[in-house]
Amino acid sequence: MPENRVIIETEKITKIYHRGAEQVKAIDELSIAVREGDFLAIVGPSGSGKTTLLNLLGCLDNPGGGRLAVDGRKIHENGHGLSESQLTRIRRQLFGYIFQKFYLIPTLTVLENVLVPFTFFKKPRAEEDVISLLKKLGLENRTGHLPGELSGGEMQRVAIARALVNRPKVLLADEPTGNLDSERSREIGRVLRRLNEEEGLTILLVTHNLELAGLAKATITLRDGRIV
Amino acid sequence: MNEPKKISLFHIAWKNLSRKKTRSLLTVVGIALATWVLISLFGFNSGYKNSLDRDIDNLGFQMLVVAKGCPYEAATLMLKGGTGLKYMNEEVVKLIVREPEVESVTPMLMQVVFDPNKGQSGGLTAFLGIDPATFPSLKPGLSFKQGGWFTDPEALEVVMGYEAAELEQREVGDMYFIPEKEIELKVVGVLSRSGTQDDGTIFIPLKTLQKLFDQPDQLTSVGVKVNKEADLARFEEKMFQLPDVQVVSLTQVKTTIMTLLSTARVLVFSIALIAILISIMGVINTVLMSVMERQKEIGILKAMGALAADVFKLVWVETSLLCLLGGLTGAGLAVLTSRLTEYLIRQLLPFSPSGGLISIDAGLILVSIAAVVLLGLVSGIYPAFRAARMRPLEAIRSEEE
Repeated sequence: MPENRVIIETEKITKIYHRGAEQVKAIDELSIAVREGDFLAIVGPSGSGKTTLLNLLGCLDNPGGGRLAVDGRKIHENGHGLSESQLTRIRRQLFGYIFQKFYLIPTLTVLENVLVPFTFFKKPRAEEDVISLLKKLGLENRTGHLPGELSGGEMQRVAIARALVNRPKVLLADEPTGNLDSERSREIGRVLRRLNEEEGLTILLVTHNLELAGLAKATITLRDGRIV
Repeated sequence: MNEPKKISLFHIAWKNLSRKKTRSLLTVVGIALATWVLISLFGFNSGYKNSLDRDIDNLGFQMLVVAKGCPYEAATLMLKGGTGLKYMNEEVVKLIVREPEVESVTPMLMQVVFDPNKGQSGGLTAFLGIDPATFPSLKPGLSFKQGGWFTDPEALEVVMGYEAAELEQREVGDMYFIPEKEIELKVVGVLSRSGTQDDGTIFIPLKTLQKLFDQPDQLTSVGVKVNKEADLARFEEKMFQLPDVQVVSLTQVKTTIMTLLSTARVLVFSIALIAILISIMGVINTVLMSVMERQKEIGILKAMGALAADVFKLVWVETSLLCLLGGLTGAGLAVLTSRLTEYLIRQLLPFSPSGGLISIDAGLILVSIAAVVLLGLVSGIYPAFRAARMRPLEAIRSEEE
């Protein structure tokens, strides 16, 4: 069986933070290739560079060095990266994001929160999938509710729906169960797994939760900005 | 399930503002008050001028000759009557009429008494002594609700303006008692409402008034109607040659009164300007706080694909909504309270013409609201710029820092 196309590729990317006079190498010459349909968990101790790597792969940040290509497009090479506006255009075409906190707009209903991305950008006919997406995530009876009326698991599912409403190729999840109890965490894990298996959605997951990481097809462990 | 549809930027902005209802409401109230002051002020500006023009047009003569004295008093006397009256001898009429520019003249005597029964603690009542032979012809616009002019130039009779008759509850045939003079005059006419100062005037034949108040041959003013082709400047110059009198022309009166008002207007304009500046600061503060509180959300919006311009627009729309709401509320307030504002202004001003003092029309409302929204848009630039230039990652991390 032929391998899927590489959608994100890095070659010796680095990211260095400056804390006063001190330099912290958050990512240290890391090379990785993510293929379409992958479900990759990134684990490691705190400060190992997991979130930094996810942000670089998701074009939320520019690396300091190395080469990064996404969907065949060169994002960064030899210290030259794209502007914020160019990165935004790539993000809205390719990526969906979920975070530990849900960042739903509290005065908008579930449906309105999910539709927010359309206000800024809408892929052609994307609205046709919204109802089936909400059904798939078990939110069809919660569309008129405000976030304050939902459980943590439901709020994260709304955040997932919002991330997927524009049919991204890659879903980036940064500690998506960090605010949830174990039952809700498993619920979110099952949702992610189903999206990967049934929809073929590429998922990059950063987590401390090893049970959740176990649901991924592959796991990489980071330590001091390197894959170990 | 509701059918999904795109939600508008306005909807998101509105919902954002509704998160902190009290803060948004207070900001709207601030803008509304500034708008209210602005509209009332401009409404007063045009209303006062229009009413003054109308009053002057209704005077029936273009010039008033009065005894030398303060020009402001003269202007007030011309329009409303007043205390501190200065007198000139009737002989002056002969000097005026011999000028070729003069078409007709009407001598007048203003007298004022204290009426202890007027209002709660008494008040002044003014009487205008007029010449029945010349005054009516100079005032063709005056019509009678009841009765007519005096039966004799020395009759003990009064003609009451519409409001004066209403206030005193007098009709033709009733007697009118003059306080201080202990004399009763017969009401022979009640004028129809004219919308001018004549409505509040009590007219008495000139000769009668001179006798009653022991001012024989004395006048306080002479109304002068000049020929259409007359050179007004030259005529005024000639009148100034007459001893102990001065000429007040309509143009002068307008200028004098508007000059009197201009100082007050500058003060009120300054207050309005300060009110607007304060409300703009309020808008900037509200929107900036709202932006800072929502940094993470803005970061998420940008992560989801919102461009800097989209975020700028969102914050700008929020600012515009605040200003539009404030502007509309302020305009409504200005219209609803215009009568009350007018009443208060009348209490404060030494002279105010009859008729509406505040004229608020659709044009003024639209221009004022547009100005407030425009100012709001300007004040929204900084918060919108702050929000737009946030980098998504920094915004998302912001609270942890």
